[in-house]
Formats: sequence, C-alpha cells, structure tokens
Amino acid sequence: MSDTSTQSAVNKGILAAISSRLVILVPYAWLLFFFLVPFLIVLKISLSTTAISMPPYTPVINSFSDLFAKWREFSFDNYIWLTEDPLYYRAYIRSLVIAGISTFFTLLIGYPIAYGMARAPSTIRPTLLMLVILPFWTSFLIRVYAWIGILKPEGLLNQFLMSLHIIDSPLIILNTDWAIYIGIVYSYLPFMVLPLYSSLEKMDYTLIEAANDLGCPPLSAFWKITFPLSLPGVVAGCLLVFIPAVGEFVIPDLLGGSETLMIGKTLWNEFNSNRDWPVSSAVAVILLLLLVVPIMLFQRAQAKAQEQGR
Amino acid sequence: MKSLGSIRRSFAPWTDPSAKPYIVFENVTKRFGDFTAVNNLSLSIFEREFFALLGASGCGKSTLLRMLAGFEEPTSGRILLDGQDLRGIPPYRRPVNMMFQSYALFPHMTVEQNIAFGLKQDGMPKTEIETRVADMLKLVKLTQFAKRKPHQLSGGQRQRVALARSVAKRPKVLLLDEPLGALDKKLREETQFELMDLQQSLGLTFVIVTHDQEEAMTMADRIAILDKGEVMQVATPAEIYEAPNSRFVANFVGNVNMFEGKLTAREGERVTIAGSSGAEIKVVNAGDAAQGGDVAFAIRPEKIKVSSKRPGNSAANAMQGEVYDIAYLGDMTIFHIKLDDGQIIKASTMNSSRTVEDPLSWSDQAWISFEPDAGVVLTR
Repeated sequence: MSDTSTQSAVNKGILAAISSRLVILVPYAWLLFFFLVPFLIVLKISLSTTAISMPPYTPVINSFSDLFAKWREFSFDNYIWLTEDPLYYRAYIRSLVIAGISTFFTLLIGYPIAYGMARAPSTIRPTLLMLVILPFWTSFLIRVYAWIGILKPEGLLNQFLMSLHIIDSPLIILNTDWAIYIGIVYSYLPFMVLPLYSSLEKMDYTLIEAANDLGCPPLSAFWKITFPLSLPGVVAGCLLVFIPAVGEFVIPDLLGGSETLMIGKTLWNEFNSNRDWPVSSAVAVILLLLLVVPIMLFQRAQAKAQEQGR
Repeated sequence: MKSLGSIRRSFAPWTDPSAKPYIVFENVTKRFGDFTAVNNLSLSIFEREFFALLGASGCGKSTLLRMLAGFEEPTSGRILLDGQDLRGIPPYRRPVNMMFQSYALFPHMTVEQNIAFGLKQDGMPKTEIETRVADMLKLVKLTQFAKRKPHQLSGGQRQRVALARSVAKRPKVLLLDEPLGALDKKLREETQFELMDLQQSLGLTFVIVTHDQEEAMTMADRIAILDKGEVMQVATPAEIYEAPNSRFVANFVGNVNMFEGKLTAREGERVTIAGSSGAEIKVVNAGDAAQGGDVAFAIRPEKIKVSSKRPGNSAANAMQGEVYDIAYLGDMTIFHIKLDDGQIIKASTMNSSRTVEDPLSWSDQAWISFEPDAGVVLTR
C-alpha cells in the first residue's frame, strides 16, 4: 500500500520535472525549428555553387557526416564575390546609413510622443496607447501605398502646400531618400514609442521634483534625470527600429524608386531576378552577422556594467 | 511659577512680540478642483525653529509643505520667506530644500553624486564640492558608502543620504515630508534625536510634516495641529498636550477622558460642571467658558488616580465605578473604569515600585479621583 503511494509520488515528481522542462522546451524548440534550422540551410546554400538545376545550386553537404568529410569542398566564392563587386558593400553601407538616419528621426519624434503619453492623466493613457497601435489594424502595404498618394508631385501634400501658397512648384519627395525616411519613420514609430513609454511611465516623477528642488531647472532636469533613466527604453526602441529597417524591402522599393540601392532589394534581385541562390544566401548571412555581432557586444557590455554596479 | 509640561525652553521667539517671523502663511487657500486642501490658513514660523505640521492624512499638511517648496502655488493668499513674497518663484530658485517621503534619490547616481547634485547646480567650484560632500558623508556616517548606488543601501542609509543631499546646500529652510515614515520603530527613535542634533548644529529652520504625534512631540519646538485644511492649534508640545484648545486637539493628541456637561456655577475661575447623570466636577482653571454653556472637561488618563477605597481628600473630585478592564504594560498599568452612568474612564498608573499593597482586579469596585486643576475645560 505504502509502496504504491511512494511509487505514485515519485511518478508525480518525475512528471512535474518533465512538464516544467517542457515549458522551457517550447520556446527553444520554436527557435530551433524556425530560426536555427532555416539559418543553417541558408548557410549551407551560401557555401555551394550555382547551377542550372532545380533547386538552382549544387549542394555540397547532403548529410551530417559530409560536414566533416567534405569541408574542403566548401565554396567561399560567394563571399569573395561580395567583396569584389562594390554593389554589395555600397548596398550594405547605404542600408545601414538609411536605417541609422531613420532610427534617429523615429527617436526624435517618438520620444516626445512617449513622454506626453507617460505624463498624461492615467485615465486617458489606455486610449493613447490604443491610438499608437491603431495603424496596425490596416495592412502595412496599403499604408505604404497611401504614402505614394500623399508624397507624389500631384499628391495631397503638394496640393495642400500649393493651395496655401507656401510653395509654387511641387516638391519632389517621392523616389528620394526622404520618402524612405518618411516611410520608415511612419511605419516603425510604434516600435519606438512603446518601449520608451514603458520606461518613462515607470519613472517616479518626484525625482524631477527633487532635481528642481535642488536648483535644477526643468530642461536641465530632463537631461540629467529623465533621459538617463529612460536609456533602456531608448536602446530597446532603437534596436527594434534599426534592425528591421536595415533589411527593409517594401518601403525603399515603393517609395524610394527603382534607383534605391538597399540590401533588402539587392537580396530580392539576386534571389528572384538572377536566381543566384548561393550569392543571395551569402548576402543574408553577412547581413545577419552585421546586425547580430554589435547587439551581442552591446549586451555583453551592458551585463558587465550591471555587474560592476553591484 | 508653575508651567505646563516638564521641560523649560530657552528658545521661544513666539512669546516675544517684537520678534519677526521668518516664514509667514497669510490667508493661504489652495483648491484642487472642488476640493479645498488648505482653507484660509495663517501661520508664522520663526528662524531656527523646529516646526511640525501634524494631522491625519488629507488634512492639507503636505500641500502646505509643497507650496513652501514651490511645487504648488496658493489659489489665494501669500507666503513670505524672510519678508519676500514667494509667489511666482519656481522651486529651483527658492532657498528651501526638501527631503522627500520617498527619498527620491537618483537611482543612476552614486551616493556622492546624489549629494553633490545640488551643489553642482549652484556652480560651486569642484574642490569645494568635494570637501562639502565629504563633510556631509561624515555627518550622516556614510563615508564608506560614497561610491554605492541607492539600491545597494538599506532603508536607513537611504534616509540619511536623502537628508545629506537636502542639507548639503545649506538651505535657509529644510522641509521634511514624513522623513522617518519608512523606518522601523527603533531606527525612527534614534533618527529623531539625530535630526534634532543636526538642526541645532546647522542652525537651520526645519519644517516637518508628520502624522506621528510622538515624532512631532519629541522633535518640534512648536506643533501646528491641522484638520481639513485649517489650523486647530499652534503651540509647544506641552501646551498641546496639557492645554488643548478644543475637543479635536484633545482627542487627536494622546489619550483623553471627556466629560460632557453644563457649566452650572462660576466663581472667578472656579466652576462646577454638571454631567447629564448628575455627577459634578469642580474645576479651578475654567478660563472664560460662559456659565450655562455646554462644555467638555478633558482629563488625561495619567492624571486620574485609581483606588479601591474612597479617597480622603475632599477637595479632589471623586467618582465610583467598577474595574472593567486592566492592561499591564510593565512601566504602567491602564485601568478602564466603568462609571455608574456607563461611561468608561481610562486611568493609567506608573508602576514606580515593583510591589503593590492592595492590587485591583477585574469587576472590583473602585474609585477614581483627580485634582480640580488636573484637566481643562473645552468649549470648542
């Protein structure tokens, strides 16, 4: 009798241990199957050579054992090619610059919005939050197309400015970098506002009062107290905007015109127009490294700083 | 000459008619929408005074402090500091500093940087800042914690950093908003005396807001009792306790027994108060209470003697009742005596000797007695 009860207790313990592992397993499995495995496939393709076949490349590795047996046969030609043709590195640089400038403008516009929301009476805050998220209810593509209607020479913006006699001839915005900036800032603003809002909302307003009380005028108090304390939100918001903006394809394609050279578009061209899967895979791998390495370095620095603080 | 309470104060500018008050609230009213937080309040505070604003939460005491700091402007009336009208002067230009209830320490700065913050705002030379910060750290005994961040400190240490930061600029007036509220009882008692010493040695004017009457009684030179945005009484702790001016103040501070009745006979200051049950109380210090008026006789528990036999002294007031409850606290014993008319009287006896001749027990018949000057007659 007592034997079976202890047995069932042991079983229960094992079950609990397994189920608690399972809970952790789900996100890991998700990352494994939907991130790591696809990435390894892309990496594998990037190390092979092009061929007129289906799929359009000659695979080097077909099994796990090949990984060790055939590592000499890996083709790094695709990566070498990326350094030889200036098209690629120009596209990378331009993508980083455009994403950087756009992120800066998003921060510049998003910070006051988040600040205003965090200081608003708590009764209307949920409404304001709702308004920030509201654009997501319309398709992203439709919203970008709508910007064409606004920005084109005979579009709403130019008509409005000309009817007010502020300008005589239409401004050329569409198919320039400015249209890309506007498109990215508009599309990614919520990703900047939300983390900023959550870090600003947590802040204790008496800290500002204390700074004022100690002789610090409001503007100076903002730079000495509010801004440093909102830095985690600033970093999170900037990463959330910068990373997808670097690889952005739709906005530069629709608003920036056919001349725009951004890495997302280059990748699309290599993959669809040239059908060069290995090179486009190499482009994707380099893009990932370009983004992941700085983030990892940043996180490590932050962890170190936190440890020192303790 | 007899005086109230058990201490003599040499610092009492409020008794000197020629002394000029340092902080003056003149008919100050503050409304938030429909709510009147402070209602036509006037108050004077003197230089180097340790002044306490005491009241229950929502009585307007914090609003008063925030108006002095400049975070709120009075709806009407004015506040003068050293003769200067403070209206329109922003908090960062007022020569007052505040110690916040939450301490409001800057979490991203070290203890040192927190203390130096206000000094840097004044553009003080760097070497001078360093000396001042070191002095402040020594004053609050936190020198070895200079490089720590606030979250690495205990509650008591944070409280001392907040204190050091607010006095570092040597303000004319230091405002303290419930400064000891977050500390445990023992630490609070220690810190009370530290604060008093600090105020003495720096020669500053302290205005403290508190809901803890013991804290106010211990530290303050004078206490203002506030209720619903109005001042009920401003007086020294001894006067507040021994000569409250109203039923509210008598009830608010300490324990009290209240006999409601009519003032039936008057002969100079000597009066007789008749309760509804017919019991009479003779009082020799009735003030100017009108004959025939409804009055209350307020008497503190420790001024009432409890005995098992009728006390011999015929001049004393004496009433008979039954021991209803007893609480033995070690240093004193509190008796609840139920009088014949049903009223329960609290009386406390100091246990100044270890043994008692004829101890009382529950349900015993007992007498309470008190001198004719042991309580006060209240009309308000």
